[in-house]
Amino acid sequence: MSRCLVVLFAPVEATAGAAFAQCLAMPFDLLALKGEVPTNLGAEKIFRTAFIENPPADGLAQGLRNVAQPYTHIASVSSMQAKDVMARLAGLLDCGMVTDAIAACSPTEFKRPVVAGSMIATVEVLSIPVVITFRPAGFGKPQTGGESKVEMLDWTMYSKAKRISTIARGGTRPDLTQAKVVVSGGRPLKDAATFESVIGGLADALGGAAGATRAAVDSGIAPNELQVGQTGKIVAPDLYIAAGISGSTQHMAGIKDRKIIVAINKDPDEPIFEAADLGIVADLYDAIPALRELIGK
Amino acid sequence: MTILVPVKRVVDPYAKVKPLPDGSGFDTSGVKFEINPFDEIALEEAVRIKERDPSTIVIAITIASAEAEEQLRKALAIGADKAILVESRETYDSPGIANELLTVVNEIKPDLIIMGKQATDDDNNQAGQMLAAKLGWPQATFASRVELGSSSVKVTRETDTGEEVLEMPLPALITTDLRLNEPRYIALPGIIKARTKPLERRNPATAPQLKTRVTKIEPASGRSAGRKVATIQELVGALRERGALA
Repeated sequence: MSRCLVVLFAPVEATAGAAFAQCLAMPFDLLALKGEVPTNLGAEKIFRTAFIENPPADGLAQGLRNVAQPYTHIASVSSMQAKDVMARLAGLLDCGMVTDAIAACSPTEFKRPVVAGSMIATVEVLSIPVVITFRPAGFGKPQTGGESKVEMLDWTMYSKAKRISTIARGGTRPDLTQAKVVVSGGRPLKDAATFESVIGGLADALGGAAGATRAAVDSGIAPNELQVGQTGKIVAPDLYIAAGISGSTQHMAGIKDRKIIVAINKDPDEPIFEAADLGIVADLYDAIPALRELIGK
Repeated sequence: MTILVPVKRVVDPYAKVKPLPDGSGFDTSGVKFEINPFDEIALEEAVRIKERDPSTIVIAITIASAEAEEQLRKALAIGADKAILVESRETYDSPGIANELLTVVNEIKPDLIIMGKQATDDDNNQAGQMLAAKLGWPQATFASRVELGSSSVKVTRETDTGEEVLEMPLPALITTDLRLNEPRYIALPGIIKARTKPLERRNPATAPQLKTRVTKIEPASGRSAGRKVATIQELVGALRERGALA
């Protein structure tokens, strides 16, 4: 009898977790490692723990193994933490794993991006249990209703690895390499102040990070650490907005696994329009203020 | 101190590769192969440790067909002392790789394993964690800084929200992220000199039993489905439709 356990590393993942399990069309339980989650997402049970902070992977995976034992599918939203912990759990269970599933064809067949998102692989699961991390975009929203039973888990966790410190990112913008939204600009941004107000301003409005082309960095418009590309940072956002960027191979090599690329460029013949999912032929100085006005920021 | 660095032969990450017409894999004809870039960062880190403490032994290992000798020679040129080629033409999934590595680890008993966080072909991000689990060793994935002591290692690792520092007793396993270091350039004399270093070939300990199998490779959709929109309103509408904007 198939049954899914969705491990929630943060409460905010609950809806996506329920949607994924509902796509598999099997009974499921949620395990909320931190905080409280809604009880009307269709889970039979919700396990909770009293963690303030999730323990290091070795201890956490060991604890998860005990809970995961009766399940055929153990899943979580893809994140760095999920990859760290869930792959270790798969190792402990000596089972297979599907990373970054974007669609479920059946409970034993998933699609996932490979080779930096340039191709999609269909992966067949040949043995059960299986561990899966998934990207929420492919699994819609859950049907709500009913009331899950809530059960507190009393774990004593032992990790050989000790967390000495955590460092939250400096500044108000998320790190470029981890940001869900990246707004990048090229040489048409003229100077550092313009770059900061136009590109930085839109990035802030979207809660994202600012990025730049090598040309923009080389001409002093943007600081070095913002360079996206083959010789700069590799980004993997859900949304990449390229403003005044031609779309050189060098620059595009820095954009991996992105979900949506938006191109804003005056010149309709720039190669960026080939790579973009959505493009608008417009002057960025008109388009970006208009965009900010429409999204109310 | 012995450091084991598992490496993978992958298609040049900057080459444009396409699926084979029958979807059975991707077309690698005319494409160069390289050491997986994250593994090269792992090698660089191990060699830097050796440069600080020359008594360190760095061993590179791969599980692959004979062609991967090319990548092991490069690993030796970067500074590994020895390379091991577990020669097999079989298809492996990550659990299979972890199991095969486990056999070698139990034999050579390294103090530290450093490997790439993921390979740039399958992008799985699994093998390191699976191996650490099977060994019962602590792990630090996504490492951006490594400070090695005599019986422990302090690793700064990237997290979803920033960074954290883990301290692990040895033996331990580390997987590397991009920011850890910049691998050195290897000039031709280095590669020639490395030809005299030992490269051991051995057979796999067991036949892999696949737990997952790739049945089809197809081009990513969306890239070709790109469209131009006429107005900002239309752009915002399309982004909201796709869930990219609230």
